[in-house]
Amino acid sequence: MELLSLNQLKFSYPNSERGRLDIERFHVNTGEKIFLFGPSGSGKTTFLEILAGVLSPASGSLIIDGTELTKLSHTQRDAFRADKIGYIFQSFNLIPYLTVIENIALPLNLSHERRKLVPKNQELQKIQAIALRLGIQDLLDHKTSELSVGQQQRVAAARSLIGHPKLILADEPTSALDFDHREKFLSLIFDICKEQAISLIFVSHDRSLQSLFDRVVALADINKAAVKNNGGLA
Amino acid sequence: MIFVTLALKSLWNRKLTAFLTIASVALSLALLLSVERTQRSAQEGFTQSVSQVDLLVGARTGPLNLILYTVFNMGNASNNISWESYHDLKKHPTVAWTIPYSLGDGHRGFRVVATDENFYEHYHFRGDKKIELREGQPALGIWDVVIGSDVEAKLKYKMGDPVVVAHGVTRGEAIQMHDDKPFRVSGILKPTGTAIDQSLYISLYGMEAIHIDWQTGAAPTKDKAIPQSEITKEKLPIHQITAFFLRTQTRIETLQLQRDINNYKDEPLMAIIPGATLSDLWRGLSQIERVLKVISLMVMAVGLASMVSSLLASLNERRREMAILRAVGAPPSKITFLLVFESGLITVLGILLGLAIELSGFFILESWLEEKFGFYSVGAVVTFTDFIYMGATLLVGILVGLIPAIQATRLALKDGLSVRV
Repeated sequence: MELLSLNQLKFSYPNSERGRLDIERFHVNTGEKIFLFGPSGSGKTTFLEILAGVLSPASGSLIIDGTELTKLSHTQRDAFRADKIGYIFQSFNLIPYLTVIENIALPLNLSHERRKLVPKNQELQKIQAIALRLGIQDLLDHKTSELSVGQQQRVAAARSLIGHPKLILADEPTSALDFDHREKFLSLIFDICKEQAISLIFVSHDRSLQSLFDRVVALADINKAAVKNNGGLA
Repeated sequence: MIFVTLALKSLWNRKLTAFLTIASVALSLALLLSVERTQRSAQEGFTQSVSQVDLLVGARTGPLNLILYTVFNMGNASNNISWESYHDLKKHPTVAWTIPYSLGDGHRGFRVVATDENFYEHYHFRGDKKIELREGQPALGIWDVVIGSDVEAKLKYKMGDPVVVAHGVTRGEAIQMHDDKPFRVSGILKPTGTAIDQSLYISLYGMEAIHIDWQTGAAPTKDKAIPQSEITKEKLPIHQITAFFLRTQTRIETLQLQRDINNYKDEPLMAIIPGATLSDLWRGLSQIERVLKVISLMVMAVGLASMVSSLLASLNERRREMAILRAVGAPPSKITFLLVFESGLITVLGILLGLAIELSGFFILESWLEEKFGFYSVGAVVTFTDFIYMGATLLVGILVGLIPAIQATRLALKDGLSVRV
């Protein structure tokens, strides 16, 4: 079953060749784990931001979980993202003045949908459960500044996964981790995604992890506007 | 609600920076309000050097000259008023009371004013403030002298000390001294913050007494001098005074009375309305006022600029945080609220602290300022102008929050990424 389906999507920044997108078709099935490969500057982040509804395409159609995002207003897209999508950055994922548990609870406070799934009286229990899965159960009351990079990324994962999202968008979340930690980190996320049938789009310029995924997509292959002359180089 | 919590936690996390910003807003506002209060006080102190007086009467001269030599100890009278004319006007049915002034002599750089009991009873300044004696009695006896607070501070006179009046001068060395007829300090005035503090007060009889044996403007030779002990009030006909203050019965008659005095047949006299002339004079000195205004505005500009820069600096550091909030689904409107709420809160706290600093500093120092500088608070504690300044500060604070907020609404997530924390 298709969770995400994208058709005839065109996007460009004003006055810039970089990050131009022209994609005929891209789809993600429910629970599917996709490795999206692209060199630096190929428009990976732009693509993720379109999928997250932060940027809106010039034309085309983007349907996620039955909702046509291009027909929504800015505010509606923000609400949609809060309800259905988890986003993990490369690094610096956490609000510095909130504790670990407050960072994880953030989506619950921003989304009615997630709050319905995790009511206030179950919040602590659910957060503890997911923290336990990710091995950060002892860090919940810590300040984010006391955490290592690997721990911070796990907190970010916990925040994106809390409250049953449909789709996780991960923008090179493992690039700051060493190889052993990358695999461990991914397998923890995979487990939770599998249980809850959450789809994952994992973006990276480093192909060493691609064998762990259900499907590998090279952005240059689907993007007709890609700058070909440096394609394939990181 | 979550955004109020976020804003408070964020501020608390940066409490030192936030406090410094609040302090910079507070100090510049406190400075601005102080300058404003000083200006108000200077103007009021000046134009209210004498109050509750309807007319000031002297020999015909310019209105400014008349006010300068009666109220500010500056310059000299061109002529005197005869005692007959003074009495005639004093008995005028519309006149409530008068304060006569007889000038011309001095004491070690200070002016000696001869007056009568009405001065102690009716002379007001800054609205309803009255002349008050710190100790002693009004100078009603022939050889009594009451000294102003500055005179006391400078010359260190005590009750009963002898005071020799110099003839004809108020500044520098006198050629002739009334040293055969010294006065005794009978009272010391409380500070008023006006020229009264720099004067000595004797009775009209005292003024006549030191000149009783003088002939054609020169002191008597030893053999012709009349001993102090032989002089009594009965032997002292008062011939003339220099000027007098006047209060009408109902104030409505003021203008009519002024016209009558200006057209007085027996003698060329002039009556002016002191408040109006003082205001004119202040306006003539408006350079001072303008300088104070400019200083106020510069203080405000500097204060707001420092507030803007520190708010912008703290907000710029936080683009990363905005990107995270956008990623978890916070709409731009909420981020705008977050930033504006923060800068608004900082500004409000700064304004409250600034007002508290200014008011408490002022009330703590009030009596000291009064005593040392003749600086008196007038009018409302917080004026309309103060509210305008505070409102303008708040407005700028909110607008400052809007600048990064507008940036944040355009911010794509990767803009946040480019900031390396």
